[in-house]
Amino acid sequence: MPLYLNDEQTMLRDAAQQFVGEAAPVGHMRALRDANDATGFSRDLWKQFAEMGFTGILIPEADGGLGLGHVEAGVVLEEVGRNLSPSPFLTTAIAAVEALKGTAHGDRWFPGILAGETVAALAIDERAKHGNAVGMQAERSGNGFKLSGKKQFVTHGHVADLLIVAARTAGSPDDADGVTLFAVPKDTAGLTTDPQRLADSSIAARVTFDGVELDADAVIGDVDGGRSVLSKLLNAGRTGASAEMLGVGGGAMDMTVAYLKERKQFGVLIGSFQALQHRAAHLYAEMEVARAAVLKAQQLLDAGDARAAEAVSVAKAMTGLAATLAVQEGVQMHGGIGMTDEYDIGFYMKRGRVLAEMFGDSNFHANALATAAGY
Amino acid sequence: MTDDLETFRAETREWLEANVPASMREPVRGEGDANWGGRKADYSRNPDQKLYMDRMAARGWTVPDWPVAYGGGGLSPAQAKIVREEMGRIKARNPLNSFGISMLGPALLKYGTEEQKLEHLPKIARGEIRWCQGYSEPNAGSDLASLAASAEDAGDHYIVNGQKVWTSYADKADWIFCLVRTSKESKQGGISFVLFDMESPGVSTKPILLISGYSPFCETFMDNVKVPKANRVHEENKGWDVAKYLLGHEREMISGMGLAGPGGNPLIEGAKASVGLDDDGRLSDPILRAQLALFEVRSKAFTAMSERFLDELKAGRAHPAQPSMMKYYGTELNKSRHELVMATGGSDALEWESEASNGGAKPRAWLRTKANSIEGGTSEVQLNIIAKRILELPS
Repeated sequence: MPLYLNDEQTMLRDAAQQFVGEAAPVGHMRALRDANDATGFSRDLWKQFAEMGFTGILIPEADGGLGLGHVEAGVVLEEVGRNLSPSPFLTTAIAAVEALKGTAHGDRWFPGILAGETVAALAIDERAKHGNAVGMQAERSGNGFKLSGKKQFVTHGHVADLLIVAARTAGSPDDADGVTLFAVPKDTAGLTTDPQRLADSSIAARVTFDGVELDADAVIGDVDGGRSVLSKLLNAGRTGASAEMLGVGGGAMDMTVAYLKERKQFGVLIGSFQALQHRAAHLYAEMEVARAAVLKAQQLLDAGDARAAEAVSVAKAMTGLAATLAVQEGVQMHGGIGMTDEYDIGFYMKRGRVLAEMFGDSNFHANALATAAGY
Repeated sequence: MTDDLETFRAETREWLEANVPASMREPVRGEGDANWGGRKADYSRNPDQKLYMDRMAARGWTVPDWPVAYGGGGLSPAQAKIVREEMGRIKARNPLNSFGISMLGPALLKYGTEEQKLEHLPKIARGEIRWCQGYSEPNAGSDLASLAASAEDAGDHYIVNGQKVWTSYADKADWIFCLVRTSKESKQGGISFVLFDMESPGVSTKPILLISGYSPFCETFMDNVKVPKANRVHEENKGWDVAKYLLGHEREMISGMGLAGPGGNPLIEGAKASVGLDDDGRLSDPILRAQLALFEVRSKAFTAMSERFLDELKAGRAHPAQPSMMKYYGTELNKSRHELVMATGGSDALEWESEASNGGAKPRAWLRTKANSIEGGTSEVQLNIIAKRILELPS
């Protein structure tokens, strides 16, 4: 398979570019922020995503979805990133759907996701830095389980209809086995959320599980064997976050290059200065390399290739490095105006930081590569 | 079609297994251990080099995708890829390193006359003639088009005078492809692209000793050299078109340098050997481990970029200035790799002549890579090209 978008994927990109650019440009996010919107995204927009078919992009055709892959999901996510559009798309339609696909939970949750009514959130992080350890306890209780503990960085957790929770049913936090994934409806007793607004004005919750009682059928996949489902969820989430970061970094780079072509200092366009040209050209190279890494990860995931996990780590680490450079250079090359709230470039810096942290930052994934290579 | 390719792969695998000598499945050890062909080649140290090259050339597999009429294999892109993959599988060496293959060949295929193609391409494919490149001059490096070597019209031939510099392996080459000035009226529009035998009267070369201790580069002097007009490629004063096209291929070739070779990762193996592993199986130097891991991120991402670039080239979708980006990133990455090679090697990697250091292969290679971001257009020139032609920033 050649490492570029085919004709169908290019058509989808054009459609996504037009739709997201019109329905949810950066001004949409700014308006929600200025209104101190308590949801953190527009439910109307989420419905429009559904009408475009985007929410069903990874849902199998047999279940009413489009049955497409990570390349197609990434095409949409890149436009979401470019426009800084707040939506539950990444957590719900990409990561959660990948976890629920092929399980009985799909029957219950997919119709709502397809309709743009249901929002899913991922309760997988227990510390400020994403890690592999799962410490939260799920004790056996009656014919089900009782969950106790805390999770954080649960994006949209305060309004989600469904929480996907990783908890420990056996062993110690660092063990691969003994992890179980649960589908937890938001109205379950003992579950409380504490929403916190983040730097990019999105909302992520700290979630407390105080003896939350669940039936046995809340389990996603196998008891004690949740790592395989968690891996699918994380591979999808990391690849999706990488694609969204391509959009954030690319959007920041496009704004910056445009500014270099219109801003005059010392009587000439600043884009004619070699010092700035070289920095912009270097940034272009980093973004191109990141783009190739993301497409490689998406294609290998779609092909079910054994090398996908490594490619996903490369993509997440590389886009973290490249997008961070893009937003930093963006603010710097805009000069003083880049520091103002009125100008949009700063929003790219904030969103880029959140995505870089989500599902493991560049260091986490570089470490994963080193560990896998045995050093 | 797929069945045909699978059959082709099986036949290729079988033929390579039977025909690639064992010593040609070993990594190349230093610059002197690679085969460059040509009239001056010395195969007495390893006759397998000639045997292997001749076997590959007989199938046209030194240039698998060139037409059969010009000494190539006439293979489709998919078949040529299979040959490369199967060679990689058994770690087969490149049968022939050649500026004729990577630089002049593509330019002749595009701009040469039928006579020129039939005369020169088969000799390149068979490794009979080794070529060097006469581009840079003492006062025309990055500003290549300001070159001064002159070709005076003398009826059916030119009289060439001037000096070239950084002519890689000019002392070992048989022929040179050379940029000369045929008009002073226009800087880029007064250059012609000519070919001549290095044994022509009036041609002399002198090696330049480098920081690596090697002399891969030469100064080349032309004193009233007679060059037939039939040896001019493309029209008079339009040599810059040929030069630019060829530079694109040169940049593609150099950009491959950032990629790790087949097999294990010698960088990681070297680090394990020098600093050792701790009880958790991690390198005992945590900072070095982090540097290596972050380097691996860029290296693997660049591998994907190289695949994407080749796919886009084949499909005619690559931006014409993208080779500049590949050259820039690949060579900077390769310099980083060799800094890490030296950092992991420690004092062992500093030995200049010892047997343990394989004749100083590591420090010499490290020093050699520093030229990657200078030759073929400096990194700064590549960044200028990206800024102007891809980002379209103002002048």
